[in-house]
Amino acid sequence: MKLLKTALLGTVAAAVMAGAAFAQDKRVVTWNADYDPIPLAAAEALIADFEAANPDIDIQLTNFDHEAYKNAIRNFLTADAPDLANWYAANRMRPFVEAGLFADISDVWAANGLTEALASSVPSSTIDGKQYAIPYTYYQWGIYYNRDAYAAAGVEVPAADATVDWPTFLANCEKFKAAGIDCVTTGSSALWPVAGIFDYLSLRTNGYQFHADLAAGKISWTSPEARAVFAEFAKLQPFVTANHAAIDWQDAAAIFVQDKAAHYVMGNFAVGVFKEGGMTNDNLGFMMFPEITAGIARAEEAPTDTIHLTSGAKNPEDAKKFLAYMASAEAQSKWNAAVGQLPTNKNATVDPADPFLSEGFQTLSTATGGIAQFWDRDADAEYAKAGMEGFQRFLVQPEALEEILAQLEATRLRLYPQ
Amino acid sequence: MALATDSGASAAVSQKAPRWNQKNLAPWLFLAPGMFMFTVYVLWPIVESITLSFYDWNGLYNRDGEFTGRFVGMANYRELLIDPAFETSLWNNLKWLVLYMLALPLGLFIAIFLNQTVRGIRIYKSLFFFPFVISQVVVGLIFAWFYAPNFGLLYLLIEWLAGKGVAILADPDLVTYGIIAAGLWPQIAYVMILYLTGLNNVSPDQIEAARLDGAKGWKMLWYVVLPQLRPATFIAVIVTVIGALRSFDLVSIMTSGGPFGSSRVLSYYMFEMALGEFGFRMGYGAAIAVVLFAIMMIFISGFIWKMWRDETER
Amino acid sequence: MFPRPIQQAAPATQWIYTIALPIALLLWLFPLLGVALTSLRPASDLAQGNYFGMPSGVAFENYIYIFTETPIGRYMLNSLWVTIPTVIGSVGLSLMTGFALAVYGFRGNILVFFLFVAGNFVPFQILMVPVRDMTLNLGMYDTWYGLALFHIAFQTGFCTLFMRNFIKALPFELIESARVEGVSEFKIFWHIVLPLMRPAIAALSVLVFTFIWNDFFWATVLTQGVDSQPITAGLSSLNGQWIAQWHLVSAGSIVAALPPVLMFFLMQKHFIAGLTLGATKG
Repeated sequence: MKLLKTALLGTVAAAVMAGAAFAQDKRVVTWNADYDPIPLAAAEALIADFEAANPDIDIQLTNFDHEAYKNAIRNFLTADAPDLANWYAANRMRPFVEAGLFADISDVWAANGLTEALASSVPSSTIDGKQYAIPYTYYQWGIYYNRDAYAAAGVEVPAADATVDWPTFLANCEKFKAAGIDCVTTGSSALWPVAGIFDYLSLRTNGYQFHADLAAGKISWTSPEARAVFAEFAKLQPFVTANHAAIDWQDAAAIFVQDKAAHYVMGNFAVGVFKEGGMTNDNLGFMMFPEITAGIARAEEAPTDTIHLTSGAKNPEDAKKFLAYMASAEAQSKWNAAVGQLPTNKNATVDPADPFLSEGFQTLSTATGGIAQFWDRDADAEYAKAGMEGFQRFLVQPEALEEILAQLEATRLRLYPQ
Repeated sequence: MALATDSGASAAVSQKAPRWNQKNLAPWLFLAPGMFMFTVYVLWPIVESITLSFYDWNGLYNRDGEFTGRFVGMANYRELLIDPAFETSLWNNLKWLVLYMLALPLGLFIAIFLNQTVRGIRIYKSLFFFPFVISQVVVGLIFAWFYAPNFGLLYLLIEWLAGKGVAILADPDLVTYGIIAAGLWPQIAYVMILYLTGLNNVSPDQIEAARLDGAKGWKMLWYVVLPQLRPATFIAVIVTVIGALRSFDLVSIMTSGGPFGSSRVLSYYMFEMALGEFGFRMGYGAAIAVVLFAIMMIFISGFIWKMWRDETER
Repeated sequence: MFPRPIQQAAPATQWIYTIALPIALLLWLFPLLGVALTSLRPASDLAQGNYFGMPSGVAFENYIYIFTETPIGRYMLNSLWVTIPTVIGSVGLSLMTGFALAVYGFRGNILVFFLFVAGNFVPFQILMVPVRDMTLNLGMYDTWYGLALFHIAFQTGFCTLFMRNFIKALPFELIESARVEGVSEFKIFWHIVLPLMRPAIAALSVLVFTFIWNDFFWATVLTQGVDSQPITAGLSSLNGQWIAQWHLVSAGSIVAALPPVLMFFLMQKHFIAGLTLGATKG
């Protein structure tokens, strides 16, 4: 990050020395981000395009390590706020909004018709009727499967465009188990991967509204609906990789790549890891999570990444201009094509050559039930963590169900007094 | 650098001041820089943490740099009483305290084993001490690898003996013991070196006299040697208790408190609540820290009391 | 001597002892040896599941890789940047505090001394939030000096205990006679006491070096990026990236452990003298 900054400063300095006075006249917009190398390059390309179109604005991006950023943002928003900052939608941005550190950008939304163009992301960008975020990318979750493992266990590979139903999926799991292959793998030492599994079971058993209400603390963990989710979870539990609690999701990816597991409930970012491990479009497949309760409108998980205007911004006018650009179909198509994720702007385009992106786009754009952000973004931080520990525990000790539910319920009543 | 400038200042003062005054002033001048630093970074933060434990604060300041916390009285402490994660942490701390004490007999055992004058014994002693010198982060990584499912040495060993491997760090009932074992490794080394030094200073006359009286083996150890090792034992208890209560690094590196919080200890839980990804409850974290501090104070008071006794006896 | 010297035992016992020593050592260092060997194992061996069999070759490239492809060298330098000023600062401060507490019988002496000793034992967590907040407000968050300043202050507690006891054990007559001759208090400190402190300074320097080098908690709390994170925190974040690449984790661990180990072997006598302070006195 420092390197980039130095490079930028160097460029400015060189321009000044060359006598080009306009370099100083540019209005600066600062942007703090947490990109990995590929997204970073994509963001720089967008900046270049934007600056070409707005020669009097200079966007200065400072990049942070992804994990360090979660900590850093809490400091720089107060101490030394940039104009723009990356973060996440829904409940994850709530503390910053409530502390008055993120600025209301409803005007940007209104002026650019974003309520229309970013329709699927309106709820996750809105707090108390005002918009505080520009969503520019998301990625689908679902089931990735290994065709070689299917072949090894002699299970019929799901046909394209056809979802396997839940009883068949479980019956297949029996066959995988008999063949010594884990039907579903995961590595839950960081907790969140189990939330993906739970969320899907919950969305498929009771639908989107249930998921949202559960995350908001409105539903009792001992209610019949919540129990129904755990009942489905219990059916899946015997087929999940043992010792998942001691390994990371990348460790489990290795198990999957080595044909020792057939399915992986994951986000699309894992495709890169699978392919690095040697998988190709020939043996890696994607399918939607099977329907459980018939007739429920299908909802999907697609965590959204966002960019925000800070309250301490020194150049909010130009920053808003850049935000509008980031919301545009053009910018989103370009950035997401480079990164391999999905644009939130419904007018943007997706690379048709990437089967996972196309299927993801298809999956999400036809999800009539709604788009969930993911358990740990839909629920408040503390509640999210308690929930994930409960899910992980259930997957390790299904017999402790009553205790798990009682504990979760106690946490709920403490955080959301009735 | 601080040394040069500060003592320079005190020298300048001492030349002007009359002698009787100089002797009264000098200790405070010598103490000033050290006490200043210690007050700012250690004593005052304790007071601040205790205050903070009565607030609900997410660690954020608003745009004007104002503290956004809210006074909640005893609410954080009341919440601790019903918080199952806190209860687990407390129990685990107790396990740490009790099992860490194993470092004493084991360290003594190794010390006795090594307290010989054969060729190369010095290098043996150094190598046995080795685990204490390396960082707990490294110890944690070493043991994580040792326990790793499917290919860890211990996993394979158990698989070979029992037919089925045990992933210690994934098992909620075993995980704390697994981490404690990792912590004991360097701790035993530390206790060993304390006892080796102690054994070196055991009076040979008393041992000989006891031998003539027919004492040997366990009896000799219990009635003659151990009483003389009392200072070493005292220090060993202190450092072991502190080591047990400070057990942050290993938990953080090996399990991050998991699976589902089973290996949390107070020191880690506090960090998780205050600075963890789902935390930023500074006040609640502070309350946990105050409880940990209170537990530690029991031992600190004991230590200070003994030092006080020693000082006044002199 | 206890136990009875092995030379006085039966020849058979002596034999057993001679054999038992290296075996015990091997068992004791077993996990460490495993890691050391893994650090030299080619990645291909691990990929093929050959974790403990004969390695297919000696892979120094693991070490080359971590130094060229990861910022581990930078982390090591950051550690030095934090550790060395801390050693100088805390030893310097505690020489003065130790001198003041050992030589002068002023009111409150024992109280100040106990404050230093007690402060040294408090759990880090009770300091964490305020110290982090203060470091942030002073603009020293994520800098080597922000971390070093805290370490200096905290280590002063332990060092004062050590220095004070060490000076107390010096012959007090030296100071008395100098005073009779009219030597100023500062000159007594500088010319009489300080030259006698060399062993204490050496012992504390190696100890503090090791403590600070190995510190993980404060490194996590007060720093966050490649630019200032010390090796312990750096290794922990690299570990997050090197998932399932145990040859790299092992090599990184060995590298991180090396400086304190070298320090220990070079300064062994001082190191042990420092650690076992008080273990022999009544």
